[in-house]
Amino acid sequence: MSSGLVSQATTLVLPHVEYSRFLPILILIGGAMGILLLASLVGGRVPEAWWTTLSVATAGAAGIAGCWLWNDIQRHGPGTAVSDALRIDGFSVWFTFVICSAVVLFSLMADGYVQRERLGGPEIHVLALLSASGGLLMAYANDLLVLFLGLEILSIALYVLAGFHRRRTESGEAAMKYFVLGAFSSAIFLYGVALIYGATGTTRLDLVNRTLGDMLEAGGDRKLALAGMGLMIVGLGFKVAAVPFHTWTPDVYQGSPSPVTGFMAAAAKAAGFAGLLRVLAFGLQPLHNDWRPAIWALAVLTLVAGSVLAIVQTDVKRMLAYSSINHAGYVLVGLHADSAAGVAGAQYYLLTYAFTVLGSFAVVSVVARQGDEATRIEDYRGLYLRKPLLAVAFSILLAAQAGVPLTTGFLAKFSVIRAATTADDYSLGIVAMLVTAVAAFFYLRLIVTMFTAPEGVDEDHPESEGSVAVLTRERTGMRVMPATAATIAVSVAMTVGAGLWAGPLLDFAERATIFFPGPGR
Amino acid sequence: MSAFLRDYLLVVLFAGAAIAFAGGSLTLGRLIRPSRPTAQKHVVYESGVDPVPGAWAQSQIRYYLFALLFVMFDVEAVFIFPWAVNLEALGVFGLVEMLIFIFILALGLVYAWRKQVLRWV
Repeated sequence: MSSGLVSQATTLVLPHVEYSRFLPILILIGGAMGILLLASLVGGRVPEAWWTTLSVATAGAAGIAGCWLWNDIQRHGPGTAVSDALRIDGFSVWFTFVICSAVVLFSLMADGYVQRERLGGPEIHVLALLSASGGLLMAYANDLLVLFLGLEILSIALYVLAGFHRRRTESGEAAMKYFVLGAFSSAIFLYGVALIYGATGTTRLDLVNRTLGDMLEAGGDRKLALAGMGLMIVGLGFKVAAVPFHTWTPDVYQGSPSPVTGFMAAAAKAAGFAGLLRVLAFGLQPLHNDWRPAIWALAVLTLVAGSVLAIVQTDVKRMLAYSSINHAGYVLVGLHADSAAGVAGAQYYLLTYAFTVLGSFAVVSVVARQGDEATRIEDYRGLYLRKPLLAVAFSILLAAQAGVPLTTGFLAKFSVIRAATTADDYSLGIVAMLVTAVAAFFYLRLIVTMFTAPEGVDEDHPESEGSVAVLTRERTGMRVMPATAATIAVSVAMTVGAGLWAGPLLDFAERATIFFPGPGR
Repeated sequence: MSAFLRDYLLVVLFAGAAIAFAGGSLTLGRLIRPSRPTAQKHVVYESGVDPVPGAWAQSQIRYYLFALLFVMFDVEAVFIFPWAVNLEALGVFGLVEMLIFIFILALGLVYAWRKQVLRWV
């Protein structure tokens, strides 16, 4: 009975750890530790720029390690690492780039934010780096338990980040809500993992794939696997804010510090989708006839509810929260296609969305001013007269989110919808296109608001005495810090640049695929 | 009975023995002890502290900070004991990994120390 356990313990097999193959994760963790150690040693008051520079350097180094990994994969082909717990393929590299870019943009915009709000110190950067390491672990996971571990590392740091603005009660409320619902969804996901283990006898995704394939071929009973699949979709659906698991999103996005909200929408959503794509498009691929209808329903609900509810919002952060729900719907359209093109489209969508959303929240954090309060749509009225460049940049980013051609937003929507129609899901393609038209309304409304003059300002004569008085009052406290300006500039450059010169990135998305001939597939 | 279920028979027997022992001693105590209740004896036992009415009483935040630090070392011990038992089998690889683990936890302690968490204010 117990003798089996004892004999196992004496023949311990050590895993072979190929440190170089998951170097980006190690760099992120090592960088976070280094910053924390430095902060402990130097103590006292150090310029904020130190921490920002170190954090950007760490994330940049992790991204460069990702490039090196990509070359390695080109030469030796994709494979697994650490006793098959991690999968090193183009998909992992792609999400390394997504999440590391998100950290760089986040750290740059957090620099100005923490100085303005007097929340300085290394902590916000350390937490973002640790959270990103969890996100990478999710993208690299070849084992459901590793995926869960990554999910927890990602989430726990984010709960703290959501409550980072200690003096705002809304921030604490956001952290509490995110924590309770996040812990709940993690538990649901873990239950799903347990049921999949019960059904297949393994948690490794490649073996789950093979076992399920054999089981279905032999006409086996798949009830247990279906229950596990459903629970995992619900658990990850919470993380990516798919309707009907989205209810936490508006409150948490509104209450969290603006840079953190951008990071959540970019990195946490990307990591959640990386997990969902790994699980559904790879591990549970044999069950695709069962999960595709579920994802179809989720995609339609997410697209429609996200765009319709965004229209009635009066707060820009809440509006962007619903818009991020809407964007999750498009990524689900790519997943539903269940093809290489669909997954590539979803990957492309997440990378480009990371840039547009982080740039957007950089603008939001500037306009919100000290206290992070001025986030109503009315607060944006006449932004063009006060800060012309800011208004133009925000308009470009919003237009990209609406899917205007010549931006990456258009190409991203185009990729997923084309994948859907190629897979003969015309219904989903049509819903996605109609929703794009609905969503254009609330983006355009905000753009129009920015370009109309506020009350008391003569639009034709903004230099008149009364107008100048109003504009000066409204401009008070609205400062664009250099690092924040860099975030906005990089986001706009990426959104327009990759929109005009589209080939390389689209091509890379096609090649950085999850589908490859290799062990277990 | 399948071999799978038979493995769990021991658990059932053990649970039965535990319930029988606890229930038996309590019942025996009830039968033979004298019973002279007073108001003081009916007060809820709370580690020797007078139970103050209301659950919304505030407690010192510094207890919370120390509890967090305690959890850190508690978790450390949970991992160090099995490692120490298998020290030879795990070899140099295990030693290095454990040193990294302890280093990371020590880093947390250094940070807490520099943040003046260890000072009883």
